[in-house]
This record gives sequence, C-alpha cells and structure tokens, in this order.
Amino acid sequence: MRTVRINSGIKKISRYRRHRFAGPALLVVALISLGATFQVASALPSTNKMETTAQSTLIEEGKQIFARGCSSCHGLNAEGGSIAPSLIGVGAASVDFQVGTGRMPMQDMSQQAMRKQPIYNAEETAALAAYVASLAPGPDVINEAQLTYERDGNTAEGGQLFRTNCAMCHNFAGQGGALSQGKYAPTLMGVEARHIYEALITGPQSMPVFSDKTITPEEKLSIIKWIKAAESEPNLGGASLGRVGPVTEGLLVWTLGLGLLIGIAVWLTAKAR
Amino acid sequence: MSNELQKFQDPGLPEHVHRKTDLDPKAADRAERQVAILFVLSAISTVVAIYSYIFIPDNQYFFLPVMGDTNAHQLLLGLGMAFALLFIGLGLVLWAKELMPDTEVIAERHEFRSPDEDRADFVRTVKEQASASGLGRRSLIKRTLGLALGISALTPLVLLRDLGPLPKKELEKTSWKKGTRLVTDPGNRPIRPEDLEIGAVAQVLPELVEGQERTLSDIGKDAVLLIRLRPSEFQLDAERLSWTHDGIIAFSKICSHMGCAVALYEQQTKHLLCPCHQSTFDVTRAAKVIFGPSARPLPQLAITVDADGYLVAQQPFTESVGPSYWERSS
Amino acid sequence: MSKVERIGGNVASYVDDRTGAAKWLRKNLTKVFPDHWSFMLGEIVLYSFIILLLSGTFLTFWFDPSQRDVIYQGSYEPLKNIEMSASYASTLHISFDVRGGLLMRQIHHWAALIFMAGMIAHLMRVFFTGAFRKPREANWLIGVGLVTLGIVEGFLGYSLPDDLLSGTGIRIAEAIIQALPVVGSYLAFFAFGGAFPGHVFIPRIFTVHVLLLPGIFLALITVHLMLVWYQKHTQYPGPGRTEKNVVGYPLMPIYMAKAGGFFFIVFGVTALLGAVASINPIWLYGPYNPGQISAGSQPDFYMGWLDGLVRMAPPIETHAFGHTISWNILIPGLIVPGILFTLMALYPFIESWMTGDKSEHHLLERPRNNPNRTAIGAMSLAFILVVLINGGNDIIATNFHLTINQIMWFTRIGVLVIPPLVFVITKRICLSLQRADREKVLHGRETGRLVMLPHGEFIEVHEELTPEQKFTLTQHPQPAALIVPTTDANGVLNPQGFKGRIRARFSQAHVEQIDAPTESEAKALGGGHH
Repeated sequence: MRTVRINSGIKKISRYRRHRFAGPALLVVALISLGATFQVASALPSTNKMETTAQSTLIEEGKQIFARGCSSCHGLNAEGGSIAPSLIGVGAASVDFQVGTGRMPMQDMSQQAMRKQPIYNAEETAALAAYVASLAPGPDVINEAQLTYERDGNTAEGGQLFRTNCAMCHNFAGQGGALSQGKYAPTLMGVEARHIYEALITGPQSMPVFSDKTITPEEKLSIIKWIKAAESEPNLGGASLGRVGPVTEGLLVWTLGLGLLIGIAVWLTAKAR
Repeated sequence: MSNELQKFQDPGLPEHVHRKTDLDPKAADRAERQVAILFVLSAISTVVAIYSYIFIPDNQYFFLPVMGDTNAHQLLLGLGMAFALLFIGLGLVLWAKELMPDTEVIAERHEFRSPDEDRADFVRTVKEQASASGLGRRSLIKRTLGLALGISALTPLVLLRDLGPLPKKELEKTSWKKGTRLVTDPGNRPIRPEDLEIGAVAQVLPELVEGQERTLSDIGKDAVLLIRLRPSEFQLDAERLSWTHDGIIAFSKICSHMGCAVALYEQQTKHLLCPCHQSTFDVTRAAKVIFGPSARPLPQLAITVDADGYLVAQQPFTESVGPSYWERSS
Repeated sequence: MSKVERIGGNVASYVDDRTGAAKWLRKNLTKVFPDHWSFMLGEIVLYSFIILLLSGTFLTFWFDPSQRDVIYQGSYEPLKNIEMSASYASTLHISFDVRGGLLMRQIHHWAALIFMAGMIAHLMRVFFTGAFRKPREANWLIGVGLVTLGIVEGFLGYSLPDDLLSGTGIRIAEAIIQALPVVGSYLAFFAFGGAFPGHVFIPRIFTVHVLLLPGIFLALITVHLMLVWYQKHTQYPGPGRTEKNVVGYPLMPIYMAKAGGFFFIVFGVTALLGAVASINPIWLYGPYNPGQISAGSQPDFYMGWLDGLVRMAPPIETHAFGHTISWNILIPGLIVPGILFTLMALYPFIESWMTGDKSEHHLLERPRNNPNRTAIGAMSLAFILVVLINGGNDIIATNFHLTINQIMWFTRIGVLVIPPLVFVITKRICLSLQRADREKVLHGRETGRLVMLPHGEFIEVHEELTPEQKFTLTQHPQPAALIVPTTDANGVLNPQGFKGRIRARFSQAHVEQIDAPTESEAKALGGGHH
C-alpha cells in the first residue's frame, strides 16, 4: 500500500520535472534545506557542550552560551552594542521571556523580534537566565508556584484591567494590533501564562513595563486569567471572523451576503427552459 | 454620420420559447414534486429550529471545522430558521419559474406629459389662483407671512434648549487640582515615583475626595497616562521639564484630536499612538505630534511628590483636554 | 382549480362592492414588471428593511435604553459583578439569557449591513444605467436621502449597546459636533445633556433609532415605491423593447410569487449569516469607559470611509482671536462628505444641464455606452474605496505586513491621484468596449475556429450576429455635443459667456462615443464575413 502511494507521488513530482519553474523551485528547496541544516548544526554543539561541562555551574554554562549565541550583538559582557541593548539588570525574567518564546536570538534585524520556535531548550535558557541575572539584580523568572491565577485571579476584574492597560495594543480580545512604523503588538492567544507575566514585568521590545505597585501581582494573575478565559471561550455566536471588529464583518457581508443574494437573483430572473 | 434611417431595425420581441414544463406533462409533474419537496424541507427545518429551542441547552458546544467550538443551541436554531425561510423562498420561485405562465407581456407606457390643452388649462388655473391670492401684488402680506413662517420655526428650536446645560467653562475644567494625588485605574492606589521602573507606564486618575463618586464624564476628562523614562531622554524646555518628576511625565490620555484614549505607548521609540486615527505623539518632546491628523500635543500635567512621597499634581491642566472646540483659545 | 377560481371570484366581488375599485385593481394586478437580476437589488433593501423592523421589535422587548449604572449579574462569567450601563447589561441579557436572543441580535445587525450594502449596490445600478434620468429625478433624490439616513440610523444602532466600541464611536461623533464653529460646544452639551458621555444620550438616540428614523424611512420608501409603480419600471434595451412600452411579467401571479419568494430568501440568507457568523460580539468589547480603548477600533463599513477620511486628514487647526477651528475634523468629517453627497444628489440635474437632454428615458443605457458617466461613477467609487482602505489601515497593516504609516501616505496621495486615473482608464475601457461591439456587429463574433483556405491561408471563422443581437448593440442614441454659441443671433456676446463655454466643454466630453455601426455600413462590407 505504502509503496504504491509513494510511487504515485514520485510519478506526480516527476511529471513536473520539465516544468519551466522546476529549476528555480529546486534551487529554493535546496537553499531552505541547507539553511535548516545549518540551523540545526549551529544549535547542536551547545548540547554537546552540555554533556562535557556537566559539572560547571549554571552561570558558567550560561556565560558560554551567551558568548556563542548572544555576544555578537549584546557585547561580550552583555554591555550592549550599537544594534542591541545592554542586558545588565534586565533580569532572568527578561531572558526567560525573550529566549523562551524564541524571540531571541533574532534572525533578522530588519524587523520586530517575532515569536518563533525557541532555539535554546529549557536548560540552556535557564543557564542563560542565570548568567544574565548574575550581572546585576533584576526581575526573576516566574515559576509555576507563582502562577496561581486559577485560584487567585478574578476573570471580570482581569477584564477591566486588560481593557484599561492592554486592549489598546493587543485588541479587545487579545488578538494583537498594529503599532506605528510596521511594529505590532502580537496576539496573546496561546502564550504561556509565565511568559505573559514576564512580559508585564520586563516590558519587552515596544511594550512598556507594568510595575507591581501599579498593577499588583494579584491583578496580574487576574489579567492572565481573563486572557486564558478569552482564549478558551468558544464561539458563542458562530464563526468568530478573527475577533478584530467590524472590518471582517463588512467584508463578509459584501462577499458572502450580497454574493449569495445576487447569485439567487440571477437564478430567479433567468428564464426557465 | 449615422441617422435613424440607416440604423439596424428592431426585429421585435423574439418568439416565445416554450419550457419543458409547458410541453411535457411529466416535466411539469416533476417540477411540482420539486416544489413540494422544498416546502416539506422547510417544514422539517422549522421542526429542527423548535426542537433546538426547547431541547438543546444553550451551554452545549461542539467542534466544527472553520468555525471552531460552536454553540449548538444558537447554530441549530439559526440554521433551522434560515433553511425554513430559504426553502419557502426557493419553492415559491421555482413554482413561479417552472409552472406559472412565463409568456412575456408588453404593456404600453403612457406619456407623463398631459395633452397640450389640459396642460395649458392647468397652467392657467395655477396662474389664476396665484394671482387671485394676490401674492404677487400684495407684497406686504408675502413678506410678513415669510417672517411669521420663518420665525415660527424658532419655537421648536427654543424648546430644545433644556436638552442640556450651557457648556460655560465646563470643557476647560478637570478634577485635577494642586496637590491631587495620582491613583491607579483601576485600584485607586496612590503611586510613589519609586513604584515605577524605567519604561513603565501607569493609567491614573485623580484621587477621589471623601464622599465623591467618579462618573464616566469625569474619566472622560481626567484620565492621565504616566510614563517613566530616563531623565536624559527628555528634550523639554525648562518649564516642561519642571513639570516632570525624576523622569516621570504625565499626559492627558484623552486625544487632542477626537477624544479617544491615547494609551498606546511604545517603550522603545517613546511614541504614543492613538488607535482610533493613528495620531502619533513623541513623549520625549512633550507629546509633539509627529504623525497623523491631530494638530496639538497632548496636554501635559505638571506633577511632583507630596510630603508622604506620593505623586501629586503641581497644578490643574493649563489647557483644555480633549478635542478642540470653538471657544478654545489655543 | 374551479374552487380556487370560485373563491377568487367571490373575493373580487366583495372588494369591488365596497370600494368600486374593480377597474383600478384589475389594471394594477396585471401591471408588468421587467425581469433582470439587477432589478432585484432594490428588493434586497426593501426586504432587509422589513427584517430590521421585525428583528428590531423583538430586541426592544428586552433592551433597556438607559445609562443608569447597574452591576451585571447575568450568566456571562467574564463580566460578572462589573459596573455597566443598563443598556449594555440588557444587551448582554438578550445575548445570553434570552433563548434565540443572540440569533436575533445577529440577524438584526447582519440585516443592517445587508440593508446598507444593498442600497449602495442599488444606487450603483441606477447610476451606471442612467435610470435616474427624467422622469425619475425625484426618486433619485429620495434614494440619496435614504442612503444618508441609513448611515445615520446604522450608526445609532451601533451606538445603542453602549459597549467599548460603540462608546468610542459616540466619542468621535461628539468631537465632530464639538468642532462646529460657534455653536459646537453648545450643541454637544445639549445633545449629551452636559459633558460627554453623560446619562441621557443612549435613551435619546434610542427614540430616534426606533421611532423617528424608521418612520421617515417608511414614508420615503412608500413614496419611492409608489413612484416606481406609477412611472413604471425602466427596462434594458433589446428587441421589442422601446421607450414607449415595458416588457415583462404581470404582477399576478408570477411577479408576486417571485418577489414574495425573494423576501423569504433574503430573510433566509440573513438568518443563515446570523446563525453561522458572529457579529458585534459586545461581550468581548466590555462596557464603555472613556479611559479605555481597543486596538483596531473601527466603525461598520458604511462609516468606514468617513473614518478613513478623518485618519488621513492633514493636522491643521486655526487658532485666532481666542477661537479654534479644527480643519482636521471639519474637512473630513463634514465638508468633504457634504460636497460628495450634494454632488451625488444633484447629479441628474448636472448631467441634464451638461447634455441639454430634457427628454424622458425609460430604456436603460449599458454603462459602456455612456463612457463619461461610467467614468464619473468609477472615479467616485475609487475615491470611496481608497479612503475606506485607510479606514481599515491598522487591520490591513497587521494582516499584510505593511505599516500604518505606509498605508496612510499611500492613501493620502492615492485619494488625489487614483480617482482621476480611474476616470481616464474607465473612459478608455468603455470606448474600447464600444469599438469591440462595433467590430462584432460589422464582422461577426469570433468563434475561435480556424479554417484553412485552399491557398493555405488560415482564417478564423466569424459568426454573424442575429438581427436581435445587432439591434441590441446598435440601438443606443448618440446625441451630438451641445453647441453653446459664443454670440447670440444679434452678434452680441452670449450672456452665458464663461458658463456657456464650460457647459459646451462638458457636453463635448459627455458625448464622446465610437460611432455605432449602421445597416448601410454593414451592407457596404457585404455581410458579416471576413
């Protein structure tokens, strides 16, 4: 069974072999796979290193990862450079957020750091965080024991706080929105509670800091609880249309709504045969 | 170049082509059955709608591709209703198309213009009536009538006067006074400068005096955004710099363009963006407008700390907050 | 059958015994209506109006149009114990605690969007086919009035639930009122009973939304339909169709069945949208608070173009003698829309002045056969589309990886450049289509079949058009340009002077046409073949 399927697949592909786009397409595939291999390869040595330096402290380990993966932009001692800020005093929370969500290391300086598949695993991230935290005191990584939002959060209050403090950038339902000059506030759907909390206290990229005195830890838990409630809220009134407001509603009425009606009108006025 | 004579002639209405249902009784019967099926489907849909109204609890969800988790009660009730209506409509149209006589009919139009003598009669009558009323000659009547009619329209306008109070100086005032503490919104907690890290923002309102309640109208004028920068980042004149405290600067959150809440602060660029119309303000330069339709910076609130170390207003706003209006002086 | 006939006969006698309307009724029951899909657009609007009345009435049974503060205690958890206005709370109640309430709310809102979209589509049909010409100018004016009122009515409905999005919309409306020179702040304080948002605005606009405006709608729609009835419907040109007749189906029974069926279809499609697609999920927006805002705050599409205009306005205000004039609000919010709607309302009169055409028209024009008008219409649409894009610039920016600044500058320039460009291009396209028509009439339709001639040459077979097709493609009148003499009969300079010259220029532009082929030309070519 399986061989048959593969064979027919190959046949299908080979039919396109002489297509005029075949050459360029092959080139693109080759380049992508080369890039991917390079990515994996560049990440591999660190795991090897892990085994050999199993005895050294977490900080030492983090320093080495930093020297390899981060120092070219942030400076050898995390003092910052012309293209990247100093990391002295940003704290472990900041590292955990930036590296843990895959935003750092950045792939491309031309745009905003995007959420992507993390390059470093949990231990490496912890090591990096420990190293950066050792440079100067800063907000600590949020551990699971602190994320008691299910117990201590209040969804409705969280909603109030969210609308006053977060909705202007992240949209009323946490779907994200546009900032100036092509920057954007990302969607909050599917973001881990820990990362939301860390973002609130560290203010990554364009986002400002929300201090514990102006939004207390309990209030932060409420915000997280509300975001989680919005995330898991089923579609009460049918397809959500992206929860971005009237723009998609207008599009739908002109396409599906009026389209259907005009289609039926054409049938209605066509002469029967 | 072309004149009427040379034009292609109108061959007249094409001959009527009979439908299958006109010629073949079987086809007609089939059409009848199709119409009947549509009506039956409609009745079934109504039953589905009523069933879901009564028996499907409104907290029941199921997963559908594209739509995600969907409320069963809402969806089935709606679909039942929609198809009940749609099938009636489709059935009626099919009936009309297939079985009702479809011979095109020609109806003549009547010219709207009346025959000349009727028209002349009418025009003469109107003229006579007009002159009989004396409107043309007795200009005194005409003018006074115009006056009376015109002025009578004022009464309803005057009657609307009590819709609301006069604005007086209301638009210039906010609840901020010298020494009013800045408190968090929501939460109503006073704030110390050290509570805010560099890059932090806080949404604040004036502290309520005992027994006072905050209305939405108050928030609509009093809302303030507090931002902390490095003091070295400011590019302010001496007066405006003295309105800040240790890198903390306060702006009215009510947009100077159309009054939306301008709270979208970009920490890296130090820009404030209004999500309604995208006016962009530079925080380091006293909220100078750098993009978008707003013509004025956001009003800055002068702040300092009181004896207890809490942030307070130095003075009320020195200009009106919110959108422009005629009486605004600057 | 005979039973139906007998009952029908009895009913007819009964009615005539009491009204004596036999003759009038007979005439009107056999009234002829032409059939074309584009003639159904107006019906979509009429039916969605009825749906709006029905669903709206349902909603009023629970809606509490009040801005008094209440604490929400309904079944939607994420808003429990939150302070909000009674109108927001009652809208939540309709959505979650009245069975079928959310469905009806969604049907009402979707019907409103279909109502507006249908009106715009109907207006475009009437414009591009020249259906507004004499004697139907009055109906055009009523139509423009209905569109204007529709925008207002829709905006009020969007405002009633008092959620964060609608409150933001009201805030912007208040800023526009406040920006009016001299009277602005007074009008704003009267409308809101004091400082914004106050406690009286929602109850006041509720009365306007459910009583005053629907009443005016009903009256205007009635007159609109009576005029259509009395003046008889226009028809597309074709064999047997002239300015003096109307070809179609009689009201009873066929048109009744089709129109009645279409009502159910429009209702069904609206209910379908209400069932499958969420609209205005106010529970996610939260109650209105002037200190809050959401990213991507947009109005519904029929206001979106206004919002786009406001966004792209240059930041200009005049401060003089202790007074402020906000051009950045007045120009996009009042002056430009005012000019646009005035021009739209006056267009039938402007066109008839330009062409000097004072005759009655019952045959529609194919858009290509009036290139100037079609180009004007396309230009206006391009304008609205460009500003509408700017109205959604934030959503577009995030979805297509653009920046709001780019889109803003693109549309700021585009709004001046694109419409004239569209005018020129549309006019060229229309003339090309006319040329293609001419080609078809004189040389036949290209069949795509190739034939080899005996001496080896390949030719494509052209199929001659039927006389019906030839007539349809050539029947349109091609008036000559208006001649406005510069001097009158006595050699005195024409008092119309400058105005006259402009008129002549416009007229010339308006009659620019490809000559329709004539029978004599076709004969000279010797049939339709190559």
